[in-house]
Amino acid sequence: MASALFTSASPWLELPDPLPLDGGQSLANLRIAYETYGTLNAARDNAILVCHATTGDQHLASPHPITGKPGWWDKMVGPGKPIDTDRFYVLCPNVLGSCMGTTGPGSLASDGKPYGLRFPVITIRDMVRAHVALLAQLGVESLYAVIGGSMGGMQALSLAVNWPGMAQRVLAIACTAAMPVQNIAFQEVGRQAIMADPDWQGGNYYDSGRAPDAGLAVARMAAHITYLSEETLSEKFGRRLQDRSAKSFGFGADFQVESYLRYQGSSFTGRFDANSYLYITRAMSYFDLTEAHEGRLADVFRGVTSRFCLVSFDTDWLYPTSESRRIAHALNAAGAPVSFMELAAPFGHDSFLLDVPALDRVIAGFLSR
Amino acid sequence: MMNSFSMPLRPDLALIAAHVAPGSRVLDVGCGDGTLMAALRDERGCDARGLELDAHNVAECVGRGLSAIQGDADTDLELYPDASFDYAILSQTLQTTKHPDRVLDELLRIGRRAFVSFPNFAHWRVRLSLLRYGRMPVTKLLPMEWYETPNIHHLSVADFRDFVAKRDIRVEGAWFLSKGVLTSESLANIRAEHAVFLLTRG
Repeated sequence: MASALFTSASPWLELPDPLPLDGGQSLANLRIAYETYGTLNAARDNAILVCHATTGDQHLASPHPITGKPGWWDKMVGPGKPIDTDRFYVLCPNVLGSCMGTTGPGSLASDGKPYGLRFPVITIRDMVRAHVALLAQLGVESLYAVIGGSMGGMQALSLAVNWPGMAQRVLAIACTAAMPVQNIAFQEVGRQAIMADPDWQGGNYYDSGRAPDAGLAVARMAAHITYLSEETLSEKFGRRLQDRSAKSFGFGADFQVESYLRYQGSSFTGRFDANSYLYITRAMSYFDLTEAHEGRLADVFRGVTSRFCLVSFDTDWLYPTSESRRIAHALNAAGAPVSFMELAAPFGHDSFLLDVPALDRVIAGFLSR
Repeated sequence: MMNSFSMPLRPDLALIAAHVAPGSRVLDVGCGDGTLMAALRDERGCDARGLELDAHNVAECVGRGLSAIQGDADTDLELYPDASFDYAILSQTLQTTKHPDRVLDELLRIGRRAFVSFPNFAHWRVRLSLLRYGRMPVTKLLPMEWYETPNIHHLSVADFRDFVAKRDIRVEGAWFLSKGVLTSESLANIRAEHAVFLLTRG
């Protein structure tokens, strides 16, 4: 295995210039894989950028090439759907540092060997900088809207603040303006699980025939719990046992929830690179829009002219409503047009990916005019 | 989701809309589905923002291209900067707040002027109902039973006048409605179903 980029038939392009990074380095020959849906109109004013979440990818509304599952927002994007591809030209790039075709730690460096930990540490703003460079190559200079949930929402906010005037509308779902400490903590657990796996080999596992699958699976299991609500866990699994009538007095997956998490962990390793997980979660933990403004969020948004819509979910304890409300009030104080609502949904943080009809209506409504 | 025709505004809202200076910045506290904000935007060229408790109503506002924040007048007004709006509007909401006095203080801090409208509990039908039956009135104006009404701080026109006089709040305008029609100021405390006040800090 020469590289840990997973097979993707997505179109891609290579940026003509090196991409400068917040960490001070730059990346040459940066490749970005992306998917598009719908058609860019003659006025070039109907483009919508959708930013994916931590372990998402560009397969927004088309089947995933490895799992064969429908696109991760298939219910939201398509002809006649809330993000209507009959009307909009919808782009979804794979983020910088990922492993579905865009350059990341598993890509080959100029010496022909995978980067591994030689890949520079990146930020959310670096991801957005790559998106903006991609859009420029595709002839898109302004956006009807930028949309994202979770880490995608952070990218949407970063674009609004750092490239003011580019997006007319900003829709950020279940996200934050600065990574909450609890989430930094959870993600550190995931990274440590990967790095404690002997097969990680300091990040140079690509040509060894071994990969830190056990560590990556544990990272995914821990993260997956944070995406769910207690209500979902109770309803789906409760304390029910898995394919057995009594406790085994051993360490097999006695409980249904254990079996479920093990499945989530092991299936994840088949589609995601462990080093990409390190880099992307690192970028999230660094995310803080207020860094340059001494913590004053309202100052961050001064002069920003986009129209904003923020949505949170009542059962999301990873990016709770208080985070979105704080952004909404800061935008309001800065004079930016902003709407905010907390939707009722039982699925925790994952609600933005699941069946929440109220979210469909909000998105369709926000994009309607 | 969107009406192609515009419904006539509720009389107290029409009255407020008619007295808001064109092009103003307006905060509508308890904006509901955005009917007043839409009218202010479309007919008066205002930059209107809303605060609303109910998520479905906020979603309606978003669908109309309006900006509304889901929040509670009792707790969230403190997050708005001083004098950030030309007008703060509180229509039919004062009597539902936990602390009407604090809410009114906040309105006059955030807005240079405030419109406040409320149902008059001293209207003759209410008085008659209470006198005749000895029970909390259930009238067309106040259609809910005592245990389910959102109106937890009933007040009359006279109560409100006393209240603003004591708190050094200046009344710039007052309008009284009966059956949706303007009625005179004399005997308003008996004849008016609704009152609309335009206030500034004295």
